[in-house]
Amino acid sequence: MSAAVFEARNLTKTYQMGEVQVQALRGVDLDLFEGELTVLLGPSGSGKSTLLNILGGLDVPTSGTVRYCGELLDTDDDATLTRFRREHVGFVFQFYNLIPSLTARENVALITDIASDPLPPDEALRLVGLGQRLDHFPAQLSGGEQQRVAIARAIAKQPHVLLCDEPTGALDASTGIVVLEVIERINRELGTTTAVITHNAIIGQMADRVVTLSEGHIQKAEANPQRRPAGELSW
Amino acid sequence: MMLAIHRKLFRDLAHMKGQVIAICLVIACGIATFVMSLSTLASLRETREVYYERYRFPHLFVSLKRAPETLRRRLEELPGVRTVELRIVSEVTLDMPGMDEPAVGRLISIPETHRPRLCNLHLRAGRYVEAGRNDEVIVSEAFADAHDLKPGDSVTAILNGRLQTLRIVGVALSPEYVFQIRGGEMLPDDRRFGVFWMGETALAAAFDMTGAFNNAMLALMRGATEEQVIERVDDLLEPYGSLGAYGRDEHVSDRYLSDEIRSLRGMGMIAPAIFLGVAALLLNIVLSRLIGTQREQIAALKAFGYSNRDIGRHYLGFVLIIVLSGSVLGTFGGVLMARGLTRTYTEFYRFPILQYQLDASVVVLGFGIALAAGVIGALISVRRAAKLPPAEAMRPEPPKSFRATLLERLGLQQLLSPATRMIFRNLERQPIKTALSILGIAMSVGVLVLGNFMEDSLDYLMDQQFQVAQRQDMSISLVEPTTGSVVHDISHLPGVVHAEPIRGVSTRMNFGHRSRRVGILGLPSDMRLFQLLDAKRQRLDVPPEGLLVSDKLARILEVQPGQSVTVEVLQEERPVREISIAGVIDDFSGLSAYMNIDALNRLMQDGDTVSGLYLTADSRHHNELYTELKSSPRVASVTIRTGMLQTFRDTMAENLLQMKAWNVFFASVIAIGVVYNSARVSLSERSRDLATLRVVGFTRQEISLILLGELAVLTLVAIPVGLLIGRGLGELVALGLDTELYRIPLVINPDTYGFAALVTLSASVVAGLIVRRRLDHLDLVAVLKTRE
Repeated sequence: MSAAVFEARNLTKTYQMGEVQVQALRGVDLDLFEGELTVLLGPSGSGKSTLLNILGGLDVPTSGTVRYCGELLDTDDDATLTRFRREHVGFVFQFYNLIPSLTARENVALITDIASDPLPPDEALRLVGLGQRLDHFPAQLSGGEQQRVAIARAIAKQPHVLLCDEPTGALDASTGIVVLEVIERINRELGTTTAVITHNAIIGQMADRVVTLSEGHIQKAEANPQRRPAGELSW
Repeated sequence: MMLAIHRKLFRDLAHMKGQVIAICLVIACGIATFVMSLSTLASLRETREVYYERYRFPHLFVSLKRAPETLRRRLEELPGVRTVELRIVSEVTLDMPGMDEPAVGRLISIPETHRPRLCNLHLRAGRYVEAGRNDEVIVSEAFADAHDLKPGDSVTAILNGRLQTLRIVGVALSPEYVFQIRGGEMLPDDRRFGVFWMGETALAAAFDMTGAFNNAMLALMRGATEEQVIERVDDLLEPYGSLGAYGRDEHVSDRYLSDEIRSLRGMGMIAPAIFLGVAALLLNIVLSRLIGTQREQIAALKAFGYSNRDIGRHYLGFVLIIVLSGSVLGTFGGVLMARGLTRTYTEFYRFPILQYQLDASVVVLGFGIALAAGVIGALISVRRAAKLPPAEAMRPEPPKSFRATLLERLGLQQLLSPATRMIFRNLERQPIKTALSILGIAMSVGVLVLGNFMEDSLDYLMDQQFQVAQRQDMSISLVEPTTGSVVHDISHLPGVVHAEPIRGVSTRMNFGHRSRRVGILGLPSDMRLFQLLDAKRQRLDVPPEGLLVSDKLARILEVQPGQSVTVEVLQEERPVREISIAGVIDDFSGLSAYMNIDALNRLMQDGDTVSGLYLTADSRHHNELYTELKSSPRVASVTIRTGMLQTFRDTMAENLLQMKAWNVFFASVIAIGVVYNSARVSLSERSRDLATLRVVGFTRQEISLILLGELAVLTLVAIPVGLLIGRGLGELVALGLDTELYRIPLVINPDTYGFAALVTLSASVVAGLIVRRRLDHLDLVAVLKTRE
């Protein structure tokens, strides 16, 4: 078995949402391995986004620890987390989170501007099949295209890990498949350790391993004997 | 190459250009007033310094009755004295062609063989006087301009009772008369008061002053203590009828200049503070909304490794660009305004050259202050953006918590329609934003009140001074104090309706360790042509004994009615007496003291003596009367009230009108800036709600009402607040202008308040209409689709 990129131990997370207190994680242990494509499956509210955010250094756990490549991630130090995100992590969000005032190329450049060894923005966009739409603004792109720009943005810095939060959540099935194919290709061709969050069990078939969450706990973790190509999925 | 994050900055700025322009303009107004005031101030101060230095403006001045020139040595030997210049100064009546009434000429002696060692003249035209020509004079430029006099022209004067023709050989300026006004007058009058410089031999001969002087100027050595020299000069000159030496602080022309410089500095502080304060408040409102709408963008940037500092810098970039653009615009505006102001100054102040120069340090300082204001305004929002935890920003904002408003809690909910309730709940939910918007709009009202109160105050002052207090048509001062029978003589001149005697005596008034040189004016107890008024504008009769002093003098001496001051008379027998303060009067210029003329004559150990008269005359006989007065050897000078008033009104009217136009512009910029920005922010916050209402069947008018109703409430609350702020600012300005030379009463007419409210209301309506147009184009589907 290859080395663990992430080792999360006994993570809990409680946060305030308006006037309600939400207990998102109730003691989670999870390892993610080098080059692996993991799908985190669970209904909304199961804590999967919170888990992903903590792994990616976007959020800090209420208790518990995260090791990245064997090193303890100092979640108390904002500067450390920022550097960690800047150097190692690529994010893809359900609602793309593109900057509407910047073109596709500029949205990618936003990241390559601060990365140490990035792909040129044009190349990153070609990798996701958007070589022809470099100078379009987000408002001029379809949902699937916007999500592919978001993926190009995430991978342009050649991150060690790619974390995708419901990347197909806002897309119809056929567009969703195109996006998943891109993620699959990145994982396969660049060897980027990838975690995809979804509530759609079918997407689990493309993973090396499926981790199911429910109410802040890991319910089960199963390895797929064989990954199914994303192009063959349908729902 | 430009970084993508900078591109975002510029595109976002372009996207909100309306708001950006509005804030830029407010900053520009602040910087413009700042640059105008402070750079004009610097030019004025610099010019004055160079002028004084180069033309040797003295440090001390003293007038006396008559002293032998041999005293020069003793004056020069006083410790601390560097240079002494002795002169003969005398006022004469002038008969000017094209002017029926007499003018006052002040003749000042100058050495024929060399230039004066102090107060040298700057010749504008012609030449210096020559020895042996006893009719040559140099005229002051202000008077020459008013009468279109050139070298070669001549004027007729009555010198010591004899008619004499003075030949003008030159036109000149003196550092002594940068502001040419007769001491004791409220207003300058270049047509009726002129300064003439004449060779000392000729002047001495005309006034029987050969070998004597009646005026001295002293330049002091560096490090000399002014008070000590004054004391020694006074001791030395007392036997010669000295009226007491005084420094530059009591020199009329220099005082006016200093006061102008002081008020420029005040304007350079108050106006920019208002504008930049409003700009800070607008940046706060706009930036906090921008950051609110960009929560998720901020989260994404952070997710990809942009640090808190990067985010903070990015949003401070908005502030920097807005402040920089506003400052550049404002600097240009300020330079233009300063050139205009300098031109205005050249009408009032006579310098060899008054050249406007822009001081780079003023620009840098202005930009620094604007930037500080901007950063202070934006700091809270920017900090919030920088500190925003990325995971939290990724989640949609929790629903805003609303509650019933104060009005509803008071049980008045039946009065409110659902739309009105929305308005009040929105306003009450964001109390800080609401308060800031109200404050911003109120500032616009305040600026208008402040801008126009001067006009009201000056009108009131003129009315009080020249209609209520001074009712004479003219005042006459006599060459020498003489017996009261002169009143009878003058009463019989053609056209004279009524004449009243006055007597002026120069004194020094002491109370405790405080002391001032003050003239006491003796008035008859049944005075009709001059009224003394108290703070409540009630007439005060001159009491048989005791002094009535101006409020300003009482405050300077810290003396109260009932207490006694020591009065040292500086004339004739120079008696020293304790005299009680009988009352305090309210006036607007100078330091003054009044007492009963009989009591004053008793103090002077004289019988029935007068030194001047106030009189009213039938206007049909004015010309005959002027002719008589001009040729009367006893009359030193005649001051005509209406002429003085007219000249003043003419010069002021133009300047006030210009000022008013600027104020309306400034206030509109503030009002439109604040209302427009508040409206845009409200629209952005509420477009979803409003679109939802449209979808469920509300009409455009109905949803406009919700948005514009909010603005209307803000404006209506802001107006009374602004009126109060305006009054407060007015008080501040009046306080700043309260000097020994003059006081500006705080008077604000109802129509000034009305005008301020109306302009602000109109500006709000304009801003509201601009936003209303956007509301009409609200894209229902797009708005509902975007995720908040």
